[in-house]
Amino acid sequence: MRNPLRSETEAFRFLIAVIVGALVIVGAAYINTWLGVAAAILAVAGIGWWLKDEPVPGAHEPPPPLESTTPPGTHRVLVVAPPGTPSVHVDAKATEIVVVVPALASKVEALTGAVDDRRAEAEQTAATLARELSRDGVPVRGEVGADDPVLAVDDALRTFGADEIVVAGDAELVGRIRQRTTVPVSPA
Amino acid sequence: MASYSHAEHVEHVHEEHPPEPHYSSRVSPSVLGMFLFIGTEIMLFGAFFTAYFFVRVVAGTAWPTPPFHLPIFVAFVNTCILVTSSFTMHWALQSVKRGNVWGLRAGLLLTFLMGLTFLVTQGIEYSRVGFALKDGAFATIFYCLTGLHGAHVFVGLSILLFMTIRAFRGHFSPEDHRGVEIGGIYWHFVDVMWIVVYTTVYIL
Repeated sequence: MRNPLRSETEAFRFLIAVIVGALVIVGAAYINTWLGVAAAILAVAGIGWWLKDEPVPGAHEPPPPLESTTPPGTHRVLVVAPPGTPSVHVDAKATEIVVVVPALASKVEALTGAVDDRRAEAEQTAATLARELSRDGVPVRGEVGADDPVLAVDDALRTFGADEIVVAGDAELVGRIRQRTTVPVSPA
Repeated sequence: MASYSHAEHVEHVHEEHPPEPHYSSRVSPSVLGMFLFIGTEIMLFGAFFTAYFFVRVVAGTAWPTPPFHLPIFVAFVNTCILVTSSFTMHWALQSVKRGNVWGLRAGLLLTFLMGLTFLVTQGIEYSRVGFALKDGAFATIFYCLTGLHGAHVFVGLSILLFMTIRAFRGHFSPEDHRGVEIGGIYWHFVDVMWIVVYTTVYIL
């Protein structure tokens, strides 16, 4: 659905649509009150349909790939692992690791907000993997991410500059994350 | 995101400046902000319109309650002024996009003056309409709805004033005119709300 106030131009077009709708309603109501009510329903539905079906500019264009920068002399690794992942292998040259576990909730769970159990599973996996990867003073942090692994990576890269992303998932997920970022992605 | 540290976390990137703001990539902050703004405005005006329809349709109060009359023609002229101001607003933005600085300045100045005219006319209308806020449900709803919109016009005028001053100081360019864009969105929104208020309160 289009946001009618997304830009000045769209807000102006929305204003024109509202003026036309108001003229139709007033004209119909002048003839007959119930005709005016019908016109009002039709006008509101028409504007709603226009907002719903009008394509949002740029909505179908893929977002620009995310870039990530890190300080020289460091090798920061972002690990993405679904809940229940028992272990992940990370290269020894890593100087800092962040483990993100997406809270994979179903649509019904996400809509109703009943995601506590899913988050608890993700928290447990994140804690387990972070404990396992902690070694030789390498800082490791575990986090619970969004309900979509690609979104979880997207979010994590905005606060954690990474040199490498390690994905504990199938080839399809690895491919989707590769499309989203310029950071090297490798399967776990 | 919940976070669990198992070793001392050393933040290399953010040592010399505050961290980048963190937000979900699902909805950008500006879009989310606009959605929230629209949502709050719909609820605000919706509350007043609910009261209006209750008084007029459910309670069956005569509109306007005799012997009062609404100045429909004056309000129509005022509506024309406000709608025209949206066109000058749009012209101002199109001008700055094409690098026409004087078009931008003239457009913003005209928009401001027409908005001011609308507000002053509404003030005069209030002084001459012949009923006060306390004169029954009809009068209360009339003043609340038009007054709420008037408050929005006042806010819009304040934004327009700053935009106009900035335009005359040369702050906007074809590449950088976000201030005009945001102000324009607000002004058109105020216009849309007036069309709804005028149609329901004065005409129907």
